[in-house]
Amino acid sequence: MNAWRFFLEHRAEILGATANHLALVVISMAFAIAIAVPLGMVIVHRRTLRNLALGLASIFQTIPSLALFGFLIPIPFIGGIGRRTAIVALVLYALLPILRNTYVGLTGIDPAVLEAAEAMGMTERQILWRVRLPLARAVILAGIRTATIITIGVATIAAAIGAGGLGTFIFRGVAMVSDAVILAGAIPAALLAIAADLLLGWLERRLKTV
Amino acid sequence: MNPKTVPEKADPTIQFQNVTYSINSTVHHKIVSEISLAVTAGQTLLLLGRSGSGKTTLLRLINRLLVPSGGEVIVHGRPTTDWDPIRLRRGIGYVIQDAGLFPHFTVAENIALVPTLEKWDVARTTARVNDLLMLVGLDPGEFAGRKPHELSGGQRQRVGVARALAVDPPILLMDEPFGALDPVTRAELQREFSALACRLGKTIVFVTHDLREALLLASRIILLEGGRIVADATPQEFPRIDHPEVRAFTASLAPLNGAQA
Repeated sequence: MNAWRFFLEHRAEILGATANHLALVVISMAFAIAIAVPLGMVIVHRRTLRNLALGLASIFQTIPSLALFGFLIPIPFIGGIGRRTAIVALVLYALLPILRNTYVGLTGIDPAVLEAAEAMGMTERQILWRVRLPLARAVILAGIRTATIITIGVATIAAAIGAGGLGTFIFRGVAMVSDAVILAGAIPAALLAIAADLLLGWLERRLKTV
Repeated sequence: MNPKTVPEKADPTIQFQNVTYSINSTVHHKIVSEISLAVTAGQTLLLLGRSGSGKTTLLRLINRLLVPSGGEVIVHGRPTTDWDPIRLRRGIGYVIQDAGLFPHFTVAENIALVPTLEKWDVARTTARVNDLLMLVGLDPGEFAGRKPHELSGGQRQRVGVARALAVDPPILLMDEPFGALDPVTRAELQREFSALACRLGKTIVFVTHDLREALLLASRIILLEGGRIVADATPQEFPRIDHPEVRAFTASLAPLNGAQA
């Protein structure tokens, strides 16, 4: 079947799946940011928690995505078939880049600046909010950008556990041995990733402090 | 009270009482050992020594960036360990080699840091920032809105000094503030700072490895070697002291007539 004709005939369905996909990504990223950025702030001064958090996040990242979706299905409350399970898996995947960049950004600050801040009588909290965070925000955003692009890709696999999104076309296309159907999922997913990369890259440059 | 140097009647502003500072590693390594020393109000004390002699450690013990392993550092009559570190530090100006200006703040915001922390009102802070910029020889109209990366090394260091003076602290600590500057700018800033120090009457503790700088700025020079005081003298007496480390430092001066070290 001609890919272009398939696109035209199914444009409403493709658009719906794209919106669904985007929602999956946005929700997952919101949770991942809400967890990883504060956690990154907390682990700056706590070594044991830091090793634990970074280690655990790294482990999630090493689990193949399809396996992670599979593992989650039998788990009560967060598991099962559908969107909720997919979001949990996507959040786990997105944690590491955000957590690591938050930590690296907050700690990779010119030691002279931190020494001056401490010596002038800023409290730990003031140093975090007024010095470390503003200086780290571009690095943190770079982590969010990486995580977003990963999430857009991994979210296509969420269709395997019935979470919908653009992966639906890809899995259907594989089953039907139809390039046109696969492309109907793959092309919008790639466009979403490119758009997210450009947008967040622009934001990152805007946030650079120096 | 202090048998070593007999200060004027006034209580010393800063006093080291048998202070030792060591790092707890596998070997118990002493950075400074049994330092006793009193700095009187208005004195400009130069801590001179090679790298690793413990001079920066002594400085950092004064504003409690470090806490002594033994003995006490007493500031305004109270051991630093009894002070709330935040209160102690807000009353002590601090200038370091790379200035340590906040790159995301403008010059004015950098200088206004401690006034802002102390919740001064905006009008008072702005007036103070302008006064300080003038004091360190920078035109407020031109420099207040700039970011540190738009300044030369010398200008950054001037801002560093202005920031340290913001709330008019009675004590000023300086850790090789002019060390990273080119020789011409360094000499210029040394001369200006010397005049400024006389005018402000602050108690200044200044770390350097440059004897010339010490002779120019000091009212008193303390030479450290291996974490111990080996000489304590006025700039006039200092070159005549008969000690190998003093001779090593005075010898470093000799070729300076021709070439810059």
